[in-house]
Parts: sequence; C-alpha cells; structure tokens
Amino acid sequence: MSTTQDVPTGKVTSTAPPAGLSDRARSERRLGWWLAGPAFVVMLLVTAYPIAQAFYESLFKYRLTDPDAREFNGLGNYAVILTDGVWWQAVAVTVLITVITVAVEAVLGFALALVMHRALSVLRPVLRTAILVPYAIITVVSAFAWLYAFDINTGFVNQWFSWLPGISEDTNTFGSFGPSVTVIILSEIWKTTPFISLLLLAGLAQVPEDLQEAAKVDGATWWQRMYKVTIPNMKAAIMVALLFRTLDAFRLFDNVFIMTQGANNTEVVSFLAYRQTISRLEIGLGSAVSVLLFLSVVLISVVFIKLFKVNLASARGEG
Amino acid sequence: MDDQRSTRQKVLWWVAGAAVVVYALFPVAWIFSLSLKSSADLGNQQFLPTSVVWENYEMILAGDAQSLFLSGLRNSIGVSLIATFIAVVLSTFCAYAIARLDFPGKRVILTTALAVAIFPVISIVTPLFNLWRNIGLYDTWPGLIIPYLSLTLPISIWTLSAFFRQIPWELEQAAQVDGATTWQAFRKVIVPLATPGVFTTAIISFFIAWNDFVYGISLTSTESARPVPAALAFFTGASQFEEPAGAIAAAAVIVTIPVVVLVLLFQRQIVSGLTQGAVKG
Repeated sequence: MSTTQDVPTGKVTSTAPPAGLSDRARSERRLGWWLAGPAFVVMLLVTAYPIAQAFYESLFKYRLTDPDAREFNGLGNYAVILTDGVWWQAVAVTVLITVITVAVEAVLGFALALVMHRALSVLRPVLRTAILVPYAIITVVSAFAWLYAFDINTGFVNQWFSWLPGISEDTNTFGSFGPSVTVIILSEIWKTTPFISLLLLAGLAQVPEDLQEAAKVDGATWWQRMYKVTIPNMKAAIMVALLFRTLDAFRLFDNVFIMTQGANNTEVVSFLAYRQTISRLEIGLGSAVSVLLFLSVVLISVVFIKLFKVNLASARGEG
Repeated sequence: MDDQRSTRQKVLWWVAGAAVVVYALFPVAWIFSLSLKSSADLGNQQFLPTSVVWENYEMILAGDAQSLFLSGLRNSIGVSLIATFIAVVLSTFCAYAIARLDFPGKRVILTTALAVAIFPVISIVTPLFNLWRNIGLYDTWPGLIIPYLSLTLPISIWTLSAFFRQIPWELEQAAQVDGATTWQAFRKVIVPLATPGVFTTAIISFFIAWNDFVYGISLTSTESARPVPAALAFFTGASQFEEPAGAIAAAAVIVTIPVVVLVLLFQRQIVSGLTQGAVKG
C-alpha cells in the first residue's frame, strides 16, 4: 500500500526508485522531512528516549536514598515483581476496571450516540455541548465530585439511597474494596463515555441512509436493522473507539490517586509504578513496573489489531 | 425527517435528550453546589447547601489557600499554553507536509503519533523523575512543558493532518492562474481554510494539557511549578480536622469555567476535530 495514494492534490504518485527521481521530487522529499521532521524527532525524544532509559534503569538494584548501593541486577527486578502478589493484585484490579468500564461505555456510548444522531435538530447543539463537558473537564475534578458525592461525611448519596438494602446514612463507601472500585468505575465511565459516543456518532453518520430505508421497507424491525445494517457498517469506528478506550482505561491513575490512594486493594498498575518510584524512590523496581505496563499496552494493541483486525488506517478513510 | 415524527415520538426524543443533559451536567452541578456550602454545612448530607455562602471562594482567592491555588493556576495556564503552542506550531508544519507533499515515511509519522498517544504516561514519568533531578529540570516549567509535548503533539499531528487533507489545495493554483502571487494565494485562500483546523487542534490539545495529573504530581514538589490538578491534592481544611472539600470544590469550579466556556463557544469545531482525528466523518 503506497503511502502517497491519499494525497488530495491529484498529483501523479511516484513509485519509481529514488535513483529515478526528478530533482523536483527529490527536493519535495527533502522539504517534506524538513517540515515533518522536527515534530517527529520531538515525539521520539519525549517517549522513546524515556522508555529506553526506564528499561536500562530497570536492570539495576537502585534506590535513590542509597545511591552507593546501586548494582547491576539483570532481570532480577522483574523476577521480584512477577513473583510478588502485589503486582498480580494490581494487574487483576486494572483488568477488572478496564473490562467493566469499556463494556459499560460501549453500550452507554452507543445509546448516547443514537440519541444525538436522531435528536430533533433544535436539541442537537445542546446535546453536543452537554456531552463535551465531561470530556473536557479535568479528571481530578471528576474524581473529587464522585468522591465527595459518596463520602460518608460530605456525600448526599447515602441519604438519597438509604432505602436501598446495604446503604444507610453511615455507610462508609470507601471503607471496602467493592464499593470503592464501583465509584472509581462510575467516575471513569462518566468522564470518558462522551469520547466513545462522539467516535460512534461519527461512525453512525457514515452508515448509508438508503440501506436503512431499504431494510425498513423490507419490514425489518428496529433491532434487526441495528444488528444487520447499522452495527456492521460502523464496525471500524466501534473497534477504534474500543481500542482507544481500553488503552486509556488500562493506564488509569487519577481517580485511584484521588479517591483511595490504593487503599483496600484498589491499587492499579500505574499507581504501583508511581508508588515505587516517587514515594519509595525505588528507581529500579519502579522502572521495571513501568516497562511491564508499557509491554502490557503493546500487547493489548497487538491483540486488538491482529485478533479483531482493527485497521486504524481504514478507520481514517485511507484504506 | 423531524416533521415525520408523531408527537409521542417527539416527546420521547425530548425525554432522551433531557436524560443526556442531566447525565452530563449532574456531577458538575454537584461540585458547584458543594462549593457554596459553609464549612459547618459540608456534612449536611444534602445535595444543596442549607444557605449559599462564598467563603470557599474567598479562602482560595484571598485567604489561607490563596498561594497554593493561585500559583497552581498560574503554572497550569502557563505550562498548558506553552505546551499547546509548541505542539501546534510543530504539528502545523508536519501536517502540512503530510497533506501536501510527496515524501516517504508519512505512515511512519502517523503511526508513531498514534503509538505515542496511547503510551502509558507513568512509564515516561519514572525515568524523567530521576533524569530531571540530575539535570535540574525537576519542579520547573520546562520540566513539565517537555513531557507535556508527549500529550499534546500526537493528538495535534493526528487531528491537523485529518483537517489538512480536506482542504481543497487546488484553489491555491486556481488563484494563481487568476493572477494572484504565490504569497497572496497562500494568504487569501489557504490561510482562511486552514485556520479553523489549527484553532480547533489548539483547543483539544489545551484540554489534554490542562487535564494532566500524572506529570504534575510526579515532577513537581513546590508551588513554583505545581499545576492545579496536582495542587488540589494538597489542599487542607481551615483547621487540621476540617474537610478541605469546600475549598477543593471551589477550586474545581474555577478551573472548570474556562473549559466550559471553550465548549460553549466551539462545540461544533471540537466535535469535528475529535472525530476527524480518529474516524473520518
């Protein structure tokens, strides 16, 4: 697949080997890299370099408070982490939160997208504006809003839902694992569903209207049209939205930091890396956790792209 | 299409629309309501304050929490704006090249942008924490601006190149045929077409920088660089035994205002920017 096919200038694309390039084509190549190069180099500098550094530091036994004891440890840090229940506990919690949030958001986001897509035209700008507020709000602010709503002292939720079994005025939501994780998930869902729904809305707009009409004429029910026409036609948009959200949920940090600080076994992988590095100054161990987190993200991407055949290029209309 | 619907259907769509608005705004309304409660009222276990007071805003703007909040605000605004500006300038050149010029490696650049966008931020923090301490960038503005580029640059490249692909570049040649000079054609035809895309990209990139917490909490230690989201985690109540909830809520409302204003003014552009970046709409 040539990378030049999608250039909308109507130019004849050159597939000839570089030796056969005209001066003009060669100078265009040079200009292209002069313009695009700085952004590309900066991107690599701020990510590739740190992760390489993290990998290097993960090979050492190194605590900032005791720099003289720094010694090469090979893959020892990884062995320590992978045989420790703390890591697997964090992985399990992260996976749990990721799976629940992404599943709920896919359904809720699709419902929101349908409402926006089919809303009366006077309502559309209002809905768009409202839905952008959670997207644009600071995650920490969202975390505090949900924390204080459920908090035993400042919250109103206990009072409002005291008729439910298990909830009373002095229910301490953040005193145990289940309720804490539930509120973390709620905050996460509230804040990030709008992003999914906007991507799905764009996907919905791509479903040909005449296909819908034809199915309707043929007597297909609403559900049948949904499953046979709408969803298959926006598969690319759905998969891209799910991939983005899965990776985003997997690096969850802000909500956990604000609400629980990892108490009651709610520690997630990002928080574990933070705690090792910044709080305990265990540079070696913290770097190893960071590298493992990075590898997990790579693994998730590969699974999505290979297994579910997500084609990011086709999702951009390039394929 | 709308007029084909029966009254009953219209009512249903209004109800669905209202539900979406309540969903989106309820937590915001709650944090605002919380910010209007007096410290004695914070534990009233109600949604609304018993009586509306502004003491929390006084506390963060003129009182005890002033230095913590206002310095955080200054740092957040400065660092986010500079990181956005650098990202938009670099990505404008980059996206222009991707949309207009024929050179190998375009796909590599776009794929790299995507990979960087999904990169776990905490993996960058660990090595930078150590490095910044050694070279003196820890707890400084540049020490935040540089890693913020990992947040703002990929989304800018991705969004802007989608915008620039849709510009009808032939118009530039057409203007030249009509007698305009190269510079005139660029300034009168291309700049007005490209500006909305650049502007929208700047807004989205600013949101992402403004939202950062991981870098802010990890790479700063004092008020000289700590941004607002990190500063919120350091708020304490008027006395040691009081909840800082009121002050935090007031600060949360203030940092949410610019975001809401931008959304109100530019909702259409933001939606098209977000969706074009990922799915060509």
